[in-house]
Amino acid sequence: MKKLIQGNIALCEGTIDGGLDAYYAYPITPQNEISAYFAKVLPKKNKVFLQAESEIAAINMVFGTALTGKRAMTTSSSPGISLMQETISYLCACELPCVIVNVMRGGPGLGNISGSQQDYFQSTRGGGHGDYYHIVLAPYNVKEIYEFAKESFLLAEKYRNPVMIIFDGYLGQTMEVMDTNSSQGKLNVKIGKDIDKSWILDGSKNRPPRKIRSLLMDEGELEQHNWKLKKKYDEIKRSEVRSEFYDIEGAEVCIVAFGMSARVGLDAMYKLRKEGIKVALFRPITLFPFPYKQISEVSKNIKKFLVVEMNLGQMVEDVKLSVLEDGEVYFYGRPGGGLVTSLEIIENIKKILNQ
Amino acid sequence: MQKTKFVKPEGLKNTRHNYCPGCGHGIVHRIIAEIVDELNIREKTIGVAPVGCAVFAYDYWNFDVTEAPHGRPPAIATGIKRALPENIVFTYQGDGDLAAIGMAEIVHAANRSENISVIFVNNTVYGMTSGQMAPTTLVGQKTLTTPYGRELNREGYPIKMCELLSVLDGTKYVARGTVISPKNVLLTKSYIKKSFLNQINNKGFSIVEILSMCPTGLEMGSVETLSWIEKDLIKQFPLGVIKDV
Repeated sequence: MKKLIQGNIALCEGTIDGGLDAYYAYPITPQNEISAYFAKVLPKKNKVFLQAESEIAAINMVFGTALTGKRAMTTSSSPGISLMQETISYLCACELPCVIVNVMRGGPGLGNISGSQQDYFQSTRGGGHGDYYHIVLAPYNVKEIYEFAKESFLLAEKYRNPVMIIFDGYLGQTMEVMDTNSSQGKLNVKIGKDIDKSWILDGSKNRPPRKIRSLLMDEGELEQHNWKLKKKYDEIKRSEVRSEFYDIEGAEVCIVAFGMSARVGLDAMYKLRKEGIKVALFRPITLFPFPYKQISEVSKNIKKFLVVEMNLGQMVEDVKLSVLEDGEVYFYGRPGGGLVTSLEIIENIKKILNQ
Repeated sequence: MQKTKFVKPEGLKNTRHNYCPGCGHGIVHRIIAEIVDELNIREKTIGVAPVGCAVFAYDYWNFDVTEAPHGRPPAIATGIKRALPENIVFTYQGDGDLAAIGMAEIVHAANRSENISVIFVNNTVYGMTSGQMAPTTLVGQKTLTTPYGRELNREGYPIKMCELLSVLDGTKYVARGTVISPKNVLLTKSYIKKSFLNQINNKGFSIVEILSMCPTGLEMGSVETLSWIEKDLIKQFPLGVIKDV
């Protein structure tokens, strides 16, 4: 069925179709449509909806439901996600699957309520304390928001790890036509064996008691746990990288962008191609794991890269780590809620090609 | 004929505690374990342990237990109870956890009348971090961070959590006991049992505060700690059932 739907609502429908059991959140713009929608819909489906007293409480409620093996989610925007970071570290340490959504707004501080991509570092580096990572999915249109949301719990449970979906406030507010029937499940999450639930707390009936903890005080115990987590992160890096490459024969330059920037970048790319300028575009879909190898591969043939972001330059650092030594990496970005335009990208591409 | 007079409740694991001599946690852990046995709920109980000395409670109780970030047990218990309403969920929190960093979570869990039991161990001091002032430290009381005694014009008053929470419509049972004598242990046990029964009967939020001993953090002898609680602490935090509706 085709329907006109807003990004934030597509997220709601995706998670419901993906088996959401409980939603906890605290109000913050630009993602308030999500809780308004869930408040109406979830109680009717006998699912949990609860407005928490803070983002800190919300993420801890997610922790509580996640440890019972049920599918819990919270959504927020940048400052709220900052508040959640301590517990996100706990969730990763305790290996509790859940879904966290950041509809990014302009920062730093209270910033503004329009969209940005300024939380790239926070999302991809483990924004809290300690060595940890969570999978980061970056949809670039409404349909992808729906699809990623739908498969996010499966991905979280596969690795017993939180999954974060990030997109900017503009995309959250965008209305587009979405065809749910044609939805193939773009992530195509593959589950090798049955999902292990032998760790959940649901009362110690007919089994020994279990504990969920991240405090590991015995000699060497914590180090060992960190190595175990690393093994998991390495497996995620091997198996879960997703990206898209809009190649063209004889491409002289490649735009690299995710989310909304990629969308604007595609517009610039097609316009440039009409002018006869051969431009490719690479779009990371998973920001963790980052497609280092894929970009490296691209840089065998294309030597110039323009990274476009709605920030002061964050993902550009990962692109620089990816391209081969003779590659040149340029950056164009607008921070603090500024939306890059295709004209600005076109201008920058031409400048690069004239250098 | 030999007769068994004293056995470990099934709710406790057969393991050693890390608690200091004279500490009250062991007594409160045991009371909870006995109640879990008596109500036959061990197989559906889920405890939420705090940050503080009782963080290791999951090693002592013989039922499912999770840790929680500092101050957040009521939010975590909310997440558990909302997902599994048939299970028995309780938090076990100290004065720093519940009355300082976790003030927002406890007030709102109480106000929502979450159908959980809260066991609040008040020993007026941060035991695990070596004896700093707690929100419940008495005026004039010396701690690591109030070396000349807590001062009203600097640190304010000790917080009476039970009285504060009792004015919320969401709290259904509020009581304060202590574990300084066998008589008080039994009385406290009856309060905690009531808080669990309330949960079983879906009555809503119950909290039991327990004035407890931390001789190490208070830098007092074990016996001296008991008499200090009896003479000074109870004056500030009166014992008894504060609310039962």
